[in-house]
Amino acid sequence: MYYAIVFLPLLGAVIAALIALAGARARHPGGSPDVGAQNHAHGPVEESHPRAAPSPHGAHAALDASHSEPQPLQPPAAGSRSAELVTTVFLFASMLLSWLAFVDVGFGHHDSRVELFPWIISGDLKVDWALRIDTLTAVMLVVVTTISAFVHLYSIGYMEEDPHRPRFFSYLSLFTFAMLMLVTADNLVQLFFGWEGVGLMSYLLIGFWYHKPEANAAAIKAFIVNRVGDFGFSLGIFATFLMTGAIDLDTVFAQAPALTGKSIHFLSWDVDALTLICLLLFMGAMGKSAQFLLHTWLPDAMEGPTPVSALIHAATMVTAGVFMVARLSPLFDLAPQAQSFVIFIGGTTAFFAGTIGVVQNDIKRIVAYSTCSQLGYMFVAMGTGAYSIGMFHLFTHAFFKALLFLCCGSVITAMHHEQDIRHMGGLKDKLPITYWTMVIGALALTGFPLTAGYFSKDAIIEAAYVSTNPMALYGFGTTAIATALTAIYIWRLIFMTFHGSPRDRRHYDEARESPITMLIPLGFLAAGSIFAGYPFRDLFAGHAVSEFFGDSLKFAASNHILEDMHHIPPVVALAPTLLMALGFAITWEFYIRRPELPAELARQQQPLYKFLLNKWYFDEIYDFLFVRPTLWLARALWKYGDGWTIDGLGPDGISARVLDVTRGVVRLQTGYVYHYAFAMLIGVAALITWFMFGARAG
Amino acid sequence: MTIGLGHYLTVAAILFTIGIFGIFLNRKNVIIILMSIELILLAVNINLVAFSAFLGDLVGQVYALLVLTVAAAEAAIGLSILVAYYRNRGSIAVEDINLMKG
Repeated sequence: MYYAIVFLPLLGAVIAALIALAGARARHPGGSPDVGAQNHAHGPVEESHPRAAPSPHGAHAALDASHSEPQPLQPPAAGSRSAELVTTVFLFASMLLSWLAFVDVGFGHHDSRVELFPWIISGDLKVDWALRIDTLTAVMLVVVTTISAFVHLYSIGYMEEDPHRPRFFSYLSLFTFAMLMLVTADNLVQLFFGWEGVGLMSYLLIGFWYHKPEANAAAIKAFIVNRVGDFGFSLGIFATFLMTGAIDLDTVFAQAPALTGKSIHFLSWDVDALTLICLLLFMGAMGKSAQFLLHTWLPDAMEGPTPVSALIHAATMVTAGVFMVARLSPLFDLAPQAQSFVIFIGGTTAFFAGTIGVVQNDIKRIVAYSTCSQLGYMFVAMGTGAYSIGMFHLFTHAFFKALLFLCCGSVITAMHHEQDIRHMGGLKDKLPITYWTMVIGALALTGFPLTAGYFSKDAIIEAAYVSTNPMALYGFGTTAIATALTAIYIWRLIFMTFHGSPRDRRHYDEARESPITMLIPLGFLAAGSIFAGYPFRDLFAGHAVSEFFGDSLKFAASNHILEDMHHIPPVVALAPTLLMALGFAITWEFYIRRPELPAELARQQQPLYKFLLNKWYFDEIYDFLFVRPTLWLARALWKYGDGWTIDGLGPDGISARVLDVTRGVVRLQTGYVYHYAFAMLIGVAALITWFMFGARAG
Repeated sequence: MTIGLGHYLTVAAILFTIGIFGIFLNRKNVIIILMSIELILLAVNINLVAFSAFLGDLVGQVYALLVLTVAAAEAAIGLSILVAYYRNRGSIAVEDINLMKG
């Protein structure tokens, strides 16, 4: 069963990839399949040419393309339909099996470990390919395969006009496979494999429309920012191996208690080993989960197709960091300082992404910052030691955030790839199903009572309140404020998109509800957004946690946060709901009753508004601090290091000296007969002289 | 004054030197170079014959005959090369013959 869950997506990806290759070959006859595929993936010039060619104003066409998602002119690749069906059917099969596994593992407690085959054996280092199936993995399996299956289904409708559908579905399925490898990892190296796999697929899918320069830039940015995090992650793995001599999780966890108090000697520093390991590993999580300081790639990643945003940049890949902290809970539970840092970063992200989300105008970016903020919540829960609650929020968030993204996608298709909410309005009657599902998603996101988000989000805030960690109060404050911000930005989005009067009559008139393949996932995910909370609250945040999760999450003896949560003052328990209501009321006042207020406020608070609109100027700061110096350094190394020094002293220099010498020698070859004759004569004379005098003397 | 070996050798040396200078100082015509080579060979012949007479050994004069033969062959080949060269390049001025220039 576990084989099927993990490898069905891979099989689907391979089949779709073959179809894509065959299609590429048909479109570029003459080239070998490989070359065709490469052109296919890396030939923006060749591919984009037919798009720009019909327009006499090339620049104008490029400008259009940059503003909207492209509407390609090419015919779809042959076999698109079969690629879609194969991948989607396989994913649904995988989903059903995952739910079976979830029941089997979560309630039947049949944890298992499936050995596939050995991978690396080198000295003390032994790495196996293995699937580790416990409750934590089962929860992730369910999340990943369910969201992925619905996103596949949704994509059939959403990508209808795209000529490269086999490639798209191949990427989606391959991503799912990488994600499943990540969540089933039995050792840190396999975790890293999945980690990089999802990073690669994220890169490919963000840059799926490779003829858009913004998409390419966003893909590269996502990849590079993630490298920063992965650098820390790999250092963390090295440090783990250094301290424990093993990287498979069981051994590491068994040795973790013995590591307390030990320190790593590095240069002249002595650092507490567990804290350092946890901080380094958390750095990887920060990159992957777009936390404060390493968050800049996530909003840009919205250049990718919307189903990708829903699957990768909302529901699954970005939660990999949260999953990793939960998976390594035996380590993090022993490193309170690292936990404080996790709370700090999580709380900061929750607050700061919320403030930015309030003023953004791109429908997808608002939701992207919302994702950022919600990931911050999860990390606050992880930092307080309430791992199961963080996983709970991950679980519910996957449903309602995927739902919100897919609703955005539905709106975007209806609006002909218009993404600016200032150009929308009044769509409520045009897109009734999208509207109502999106309202459900928003309710769940803001934590409206009895929706899924209500249980998980309030639990996080309560956990932050009762935690004894010195940073907990900060985490409580930021997450509580972020609750109000969440309500503001998501209701603002809905009010501006669906209510009021249409601001762009042309788009409004053409808007129509999405096809049925897109509406079915919306319906299911809306149901999930409502019902994923209540039935599971006891398993994730109540008394059944230790029984449900078994050994997959380890709580230190001193960790009784889940017990304390049930003894909090009612005002604290009510606070998030009140704040949420307050946020809703503010937004109602601003965008429904007095729509002129927001602009006025923005005028009054110009500096603050600019600060938020420009995302706290993070991109500018990074550009100044890192991008420019790097470019400058690279340019200097290229011009002076490589061009001047290495080429100058190396190949170019030697060849130049040889040329100098030959140029002198060549000048001897005048071509005049008498010069040669003269040289001969002098030679003969010298020879004879030597024989006559020199030889006798010798 | 009797004419001795020294006189012959002096004449030969003078001829030889004239031949050498004929090769080097001449900037006009390749035929002059060929003629200078003939001069050098004649100088050698005079040496050979002079030593042959001086030493009473006929081998030297046989050598002189051999050298004459070689000189004749060389003159024939040299002139035919010149003719062929002139046909191809339209000039046999020494200045123009520098195809081997590097």
